[in-house]
Amino acid sequence: MQIGAGMPQVFSSNANGIARFILWGLCFFAIFAAIGGTALLRSGFITGVGRPVAQAVPFSHKHHVGDIGLDCRYCHNGVETSASAGLPATEVCMTCHSQIFTNADMLAPVRASLASGRPLQWQRVNSVPDFVYFNHSIHIAKGVACETCHGDVDDMPLMQRAHSLSMEWCLGCHRDPGPNLRPPRDVFLLHWNPPQDIEQVRRSLISILDIHPETMTDCYVCHR
Amino acid sequence: MSAIADIKSVSASDLAALRRAATGREPWRSLDELADTAEFRRFGEAEFPAIAERLPFSLDRRTLLKLMGASLSLAGLTACSEAERIVPYVRQPENIIPGKPLYYATALSSDGYGIGAVVESHEGRPTKVEGNPDHPASRGATDAIMQAAVLSLFDPERSRAPLRQGEPASYGDFLKDMAKLAGGLAASGGQGLALLIEATTSPTTKAQIGSLKQRYPKLRVFRHDPLAASANEQATAKLFGRPLTPIYHFDRADVIVSLDADFLGEGPGRLAYARDFAQRRRVRKSTDTMNRLYVVESTPTITGAAADHRRAVRPGLVEGIAAAIKAALEGGHDAASLPSLGMEYALVDDLREAGRNALVVPGAHQTPFVHAVAFAMNARLGAVGNTLDFIEPPHAMPIDGDLAALCQAITSGSVDSAIVLGSNPLYTAPSDVDVRNAFSKLKLLVHWGLYRDETAFLAQWHIPAAHELESWSDIRAYDGTASIVQPLILPLFGGKSLHQLLAALGGEFDADMQALVRPTWADMDEPAWRKALRDGVVPNSASAPVVVSIPADVGDPAPHAPVTNRLEVRFEADPWLRDGRNANSPWLQELPRPLSKLVWGNAALISPATAQRLGLENGQMANLARGGKDLDAPVWIMPGQPDDTVTLSLGFGRKIGSVAALSGGYDAFVLRTADAPWFADGLVLTARDGSARVVTTQHHQAMEGRAIVRHATLDAFRQDPHFVRDGAPPAPTESLYPDWTYDQEAWGMSIDLSACIGCVACVSACQAENNIATVGPDEAALGHEMHWLRIDRYYAGAVDDPDTFFQPVPCMHCEKAPCEAVCPVNATIHTHDGLNAQVYNRCIGTRYCSQNCPYKVRRFNFLKYQEFDKDSAGPQQAVHNPDVTVRSRGVMEKCTYCVQRVAEKRIRAQIENREIADGEVVTACQQACPTQAITFGDLNRKGSQVSREKAAPHDYALLEELNTRPRTTYLGKITNPNAGIAGKPGTETGDG
Repeated sequence: MQIGAGMPQVFSSNANGIARFILWGLCFFAIFAAIGGTALLRSGFITGVGRPVAQAVPFSHKHHVGDIGLDCRYCHNGVETSASAGLPATEVCMTCHSQIFTNADMLAPVRASLASGRPLQWQRVNSVPDFVYFNHSIHIAKGVACETCHGDVDDMPLMQRAHSLSMEWCLGCHRDPGPNLRPPRDVFLLHWNPPQDIEQVRRSLISILDIHPETMTDCYVCHR
Repeated sequence: MSAIADIKSVSASDLAALRRAATGREPWRSLDELADTAEFRRFGEAEFPAIAERLPFSLDRRTLLKLMGASLSLAGLTACSEAERIVPYVRQPENIIPGKPLYYATALSSDGYGIGAVVESHEGRPTKVEGNPDHPASRGATDAIMQAAVLSLFDPERSRAPLRQGEPASYGDFLKDMAKLAGGLAASGGQGLALLIEATTSPTTKAQIGSLKQRYPKLRVFRHDPLAASANEQATAKLFGRPLTPIYHFDRADVIVSLDADFLGEGPGRLAYARDFAQRRRVRKSTDTMNRLYVVESTPTITGAAADHRRAVRPGLVEGIAAAIKAALEGGHDAASLPSLGMEYALVDDLREAGRNALVVPGAHQTPFVHAVAFAMNARLGAVGNTLDFIEPPHAMPIDGDLAALCQAITSGSVDSAIVLGSNPLYTAPSDVDVRNAFSKLKLLVHWGLYRDETAFLAQWHIPAAHELESWSDIRAYDGTASIVQPLILPLFGGKSLHQLLAALGGEFDADMQALVRPTWADMDEPAWRKALRDGVVPNSASAPVVVSIPADVGDPAPHAPVTNRLEVRFEADPWLRDGRNANSPWLQELPRPLSKLVWGNAALISPATAQRLGLENGQMANLARGGKDLDAPVWIMPGQPDDTVTLSLGFGRKIGSVAALSGGYDAFVLRTADAPWFADGLVLTARDGSARVVTTQHHQAMEGRAIVRHATLDAFRQDPHFVRDGAPPAPTESLYPDWTYDQEAWGMSIDLSACIGCVACVSACQAENNIATVGPDEAALGHEMHWLRIDRYYAGAVDDPDTFFQPVPCMHCEKAPCEAVCPVNATIHTHDGLNAQVYNRCIGTRYCSQNCPYKVRRFNFLKYQEFDKDSAGPQQAVHNPDVTVRSRGVMEKCTYCVQRVAEKRIRAQIENREIADGEVVTACQQACPTQAITFGDLNRKGSQVSREKAAPHDYALLEELNTRPRTTYLGKITNPNAGIAGKPGTETGDG
């Protein structure tokens, strides 16, 4: 086709402006979406941080840990030896609740579980994907406290996630474990007050406990 | 897989040319390679040829972009997951800490004999079988079948309910029927009742049957064991007046002669024998000595592959050869009338020199004469009491006859009710015993078994059996050592143990499984019983050797008519499926057979010369006829097979069970007769036009004939301990890639090719440990099998009688890994302790790494080979190791050096704030290995076992000229041939 004087303009003169607006708009939208998406992925809406999870038995860590002062290991007894910290068997609940609050409605499912032999079912609060092999015992042994990952459970009437447990969050500590270390004897303490010379303690912990941060970001440390 | 026979592979007429080709090059892997067929080249040229041929290469840019867009938009969906529940115990069982496995000692049955096992259990779920180091038949090792026990435990096709006339019924109904029966039997003294048992060494079974016989004096007990061989019993009964069982001590034997005995691959003592045998073949320095093995065999076996001198002869000739060797040993006889091996005199000199440290082993399936000759030779050499002992047979139980006798009794009317305990006679019976006809005359047929098999379909009552891992029992090992079999889990499908069934017959209807076994061991108090359970062996229960005297004159061999143009047939049990009982196990179906590398089916093995004479090609169908029965089978040309002999393997051709039905192959029981269960004359072979698919893993991941297996004789090694360097291209010393530094451990592996016998236990153990998928026959035929560890089999020398070499090939964990450099997403990376790690959740499946791997050890999930959605995966997902990710489609995977075991030991060591001890980390393949050919450990640790192995002069790396610097290295194979026997290739050093 030959371009001739008689041929009409396909686009009007303000089409340029519209095109620029759309192109710039797309760019801004993409940036906005990227920033917004990134923020959303890290927000509690996605990670579940700070959102209590309803349970069949409204077990309160605030009451049992904060008020009564039970040790974590009374219920989570695998935490020092096994990959999984473990949840208490119904029997463990009943060690006390066969004596106190024996008729509380709240505890009816626990009594039913013991009577029927059917286990209690708890909603998982802190979870990592199946391809992540987290091991509690090694963290405990190396001076990473319960509250470092699980937060102030003594302030949680219902359990909730304290941290995102995302890979980015895990790596933060695996790259530089120092700020999260404490003497292993103190790992079960909540609201722990670091001593004055904590920086020096942490430096010595790294060498005493034979911690090698340069090896802790190898993929197979968590993925097998 | 070359032998997808519709692509014409090896033509018989080319064999003369092949022979010429074979002499010029070594080693070679298969006849197809020698012939350089199109099929072989297809595998050499493309890594996954089937894919290359299928891909539509008309893919234009537009389609590509569309596909990319679709995959991007789908990628986001994978992040979603549902909330999970945690279900703790109601009452926490003692000793169980969730996340920590427990280990229980038990014993698994192998043809009725026990092999000790330690079973790993995760929260009550058995996942992995290991050998029991304290058990004499295991010594810490396992075989492939033991590894697969956990898979058969969770087999969803196991029988799940008692069946009356094929309809589901309750066990209570069965007991009511039994009570009625028992009432009648008590009156008649058991008239008309017969039990059909399998070979068993269980003292409890023996005691129960004894008390049943007291209760019902006319009860008759028959035994049907299709894989049993009676020759030894007949020979010893004749020689000593009572049957005795020989026990061999290969650790004391300097010279071993096997008369058709596959002692490394068959028999209840095989793991212990392999350990003792290989212990005498570890050469590290020039002053070390070795044993010497002569093998005369009628079909290629792994024992023959391990031999220093091997002769393949027709099975019927072994008698004559045994007599010839005996005559030569005795010196005085004129042995001209006997067949010649061509090496009797050198062999006999060797035997004489070894004296009481010599050992002659008869093949279990050979004739009583061969056994008698072997024992007489041992006696003459003074070996009895040193390398050979006789014990009372561990399986001894008074019986009234075999299956044929039972059928006869039924036909004659003296038996009208039969109880079949475990065996499947309708499939495994000799073809001249008409079991179907006889059994259909029965008033009552009860079948007890794991599966609703052929016999169960005929039975009035079928009772599901409890699996070995679900039952209490007891069992004796090959040397008589007793073990208590304890359950790892309650019966999943309501199965009953053999003892419960026998108790029900005796009127004890609600017997507890354990309570039936415990009284047999009443002389053990409770602490002793608990210790026996914990250790897996009953202390001091091994049988004491019996002192015997053997007459020197054992008679003459039966005359063997010279065969012209007639074939002999040799039956062998499939090494994994046995008599077909394991046919529904996908692990075992897909595990390559040690020598033929066939999977998912069997073939009729013939020698190259016989194939040439009969004009047969690989995969071609042939009709095999004998005694009025015939079958069609694909032919497989097997180097090292004796001429005019067809080897048929039992266990295939079953149509019951979805996995069994998937596999190809023929049912060799059709040609087997009661009078000649293991070999027979007069087979007629007629070639057919068609061909069948025979799937083998042989050509996969070919290595194109470089210096791969390096070997030398002991003499050559003594002259030049560094023989592996001879003629090998020099390894470069410089690299473009920066060096790694290892402040902590640096893991490495050494594999001793002299010790490896090619039994494939390591491959099976790797599959069980690492949740490796099976892919099925169609995918296996495409070369998609997923085994992380393979055992390459190489031949060297003449086509008719080659030397055989095995080489296990796991990931080499290269120091300068070619795979690491090409991964676009960093999914394969080098760790601080030298592992080449594969990160599944990063992998996007480009397969660049596999393309760039010179060892071809990477495996790709082309399809979703295993269901990883927990809700739809069914019971078989319970077999998965919880410490290893289950991989999905589109992900590359490979050997990790069992990184989960490394991590577990490291965490334990770190908690205890110590170093990981030498030998603490044991890989799955290493743990299973009967001969301890695999060593794993820390190269940074001075004096560690693996460093010592790698310091041996004959340590070499595969393809080191590529500068990949593998962490897995090999010790060259050293053989010990007799210098007085010439003419065998491979007596010099060589490499491939």
